[in-house]
Amino acid sequence: MNRFLRSLDSREQVAALFFVVFGLLVIASVSATLATFRRREPLDEAWHLELRHLRQLLATSWVMVAVFWFGWATGETMATILFGLIAFFALREFITLSPTRRGDHHSLVLAFFVVLPLQFWLVATRRFDLFTVFIPVYVFLALPVASALSGDTQRYLERNAKLQWGIMVCVYGMSHVPALLLLRFPGRNYDGKQAFLVFFLVFVVQACMLVQHLVARRFTRPPSLPAVSASFNWQGAAVGVLAGSVLGAALSFITPFRPEQALAAAFVACVAGLLGHLVMKALKRDRGVTSWGPRTLSITGANGLLDRVDALCFAAPIFFHTVRWYFGVQTG
Amino acid sequence: MAAKAFGLFLLGLIRVLTGSQARWYGCPPKAEQRIYFANHQSHADLVMIWAALPAELRSITRPIAAKDYWTKSPLRQWITTAVFNAVYVDRERKGDEDPLVPLIDALASGDSVVIFPEGTRGAGEEPQAFKSGLYSLAQKFPDVVLVPAWIDNIQRVMPKGEVVPVPILCSVTFGAPIRLEPGEERRAFLDRARAAVIALREI
Repeated sequence: MNRFLRSLDSREQVAALFFVVFGLLVIASVSATLATFRRREPLDEAWHLELRHLRQLLATSWVMVAVFWFGWATGETMATILFGLIAFFALREFITLSPTRRGDHHSLVLAFFVVLPLQFWLVATRRFDLFTVFIPVYVFLALPVASALSGDTQRYLERNAKLQWGIMVCVYGMSHVPALLLLRFPGRNYDGKQAFLVFFLVFVVQACMLVQHLVARRFTRPPSLPAVSASFNWQGAAVGVLAGSVLGAALSFITPFRPEQALAAAFVACVAGLLGHLVMKALKRDRGVTSWGPRTLSITGANGLLDRVDALCFAAPIFFHTVRWYFGVQTG
Repeated sequence: MAAKAFGLFLLGLIRVLTGSQARWYGCPPKAEQRIYFANHQSHADLVMIWAALPAELRSITRPIAAKDYWTKSPLRQWITTAVFNAVYVDRERKGDEDPLVPLIDALASGDSVVIFPEGTRGAGEEPQAFKSGLYSLAQKFPDVVLVPAWIDNIQRVMPKGEVVPVPILCSVTFGAPIRLEPGEERRAFLDRARAAVIALREI
């Protein structure tokens, strides 16, 4: 089996990976559908609710995997555009729930139609040195200028901080995911397989979040930070990070790292993702909402995207820079 | 053909910018003759309601458009006529002519309409007092269902005086229909209608 996998070229290996993932999803979806036909006596409300949660989770996974497959199949530029769109929709949700004033209009136009496209263009054109400093240096200094020029000084610092933070998480964080596709690992025979690295990051972080969520649900312990989250506790977080890290080590064969390096990289990504998720929860609490999606009721349209990707937005830049500097990776 | 293509383009643009979410709270989207009445904060309001309606209802629902603004340039006129199939209403009363005549014609021919009973765009948080048009229409067409609607956030997308819209999620909440009670006074009815619109903000 292993020899067979090694005999494939990198493109075929990535294709095989997607084949396996899609296969797993098909099996999971079919069994979830079959489970709805099963009769349970007496009728178990909780069980049905659990099943509905599972089906929702599966639906999200389908969309995510389909997006990744599309991004990979259509090439690096397309993938970058795709993540640019995700960043756009995430930022749209973020701004919707952070009330802005009339004077912020020009800064918002700048953020959505100048900063966001420029950042992803920098990624696509591999200007790595500029892309890591463009937002934290240039944009963060330029936005307050735009705000000052609008002449509105009411809650000036607060408004700028809000917008800068939104850009940092949604644009800067998200842009580091497609940037992984462009990393070059000299001497490791890894060219053309960078899609695996994106898969590695997303898979490990999502697994960590999922395990943490399940542990928190199954063993109801008092929340460690009740003001921030009603479900988060350190035990669940530790188990989640542990699971993510071990999974990372087990997946080292699809990365350019040795197992212990993969373990360390996964650990860093999981911790960053988990803490990032916590930060976003604190932000949501501050805004008095439980999710970034629209309020309840039956509605049509995109929703709750930021809830799905917030951990990734934090994990991606940390993972990227850890890999790039600590593991001595070059870009180009 | 051009109008259809432009309509689709506009729909896509609005979805990307605002999500154009319809929240059917008090009534389902249904193909019956209706008067939708909503708060008015921006010129984009009529576009928002138009985009929030399902395609089947969009073709039988005619939004109201201020004649002086929407006929100023040929492009605006073309958009409101060919794409929205809007009903033009004079904001300023000229002579004895009843400004409601175009609306009455539209309702008499069986179409649904979207109106903004404040008459003009409000600047504050709460809608201004409703003008009497809604009452007259409710009197003339007792069988038409009156549906209140609250348009949320649209003023943030493109504040007055700006030209570039920014993407912010907006929603249109449709509430439970109200009706004119027998013998109800004009002012009492209009205040009740306004309260029905405001009540949707918190949902």
